[in-house]
Amino acid sequence: MTWLAASLMGVGAVFLLISCIGLIRLPDFYTRAHAVGKAETLGSMLVLVGLALYNGADLISVKILFILGIILITNPTATHALARSAFRSGLPLWKRADKRQGDDLGN
Amino acid sequence: MSSFFLALAVFIVLLFVASLYRVAVGPTVFDRAIGAGLIGTNAVLVLLLIGFFYGRADMFVDLALTYGMLNFIGVVALAKYFERGQKEAS
Repeated sequence: MTWLAASLMGVGAVFLLISCIGLIRLPDFYTRAHAVGKAETLGSMLVLVGLALYNGADLISVKILFILGIILITNPTATHALARSAFRSGLPLWKRADKRQGDDLGN
Repeated sequence: MSSFFLALAVFIVLLFVASLYRVAVGPTVFDRAIGAGLIGTNAVLVLLLIGFFYGRADMFVDLALTYGMLNFIGVVALAKYFERGQKEAS
């Protein structure tokens, strides 16, 4: 059970790293919101499930599962609220800087 | 297992430093807000890991629960405030 918890926490740490790389490397606010809203939630939930498995059946595990539910609901909601407010404020969407003169559609 | 908790906490704190780059450099205020939100969500995990490392998880789990809720309220308040501010300015 300890090894299962440790491997869950390791996979969660990999997802947290992916989310942080996406926050730094992606070109636009909306794509960064995509990285934070999904990968961050999954990584946090994997780490929390690993901690609850390591702790065993206890009141602390129940509270850890409460934290899991709160993060599962609030983290995508907060990201969505930020992206919605940015879109309503008129933040421009990212477009690929096309190096070629014409593309396949004949433009 | 205790050193594993410590290593994972140090790894997440290194992710804080990487996220602080986006908070400091980010072109718009929304980039800064979403970087701060990511740091807040990771801080919940660091609090829990520190609690398990010191063997005081019964105290730190309450701190993490409170911090998770307050982080959400802060990010949503930032979103509402900056939406209205930029609309009035333009």
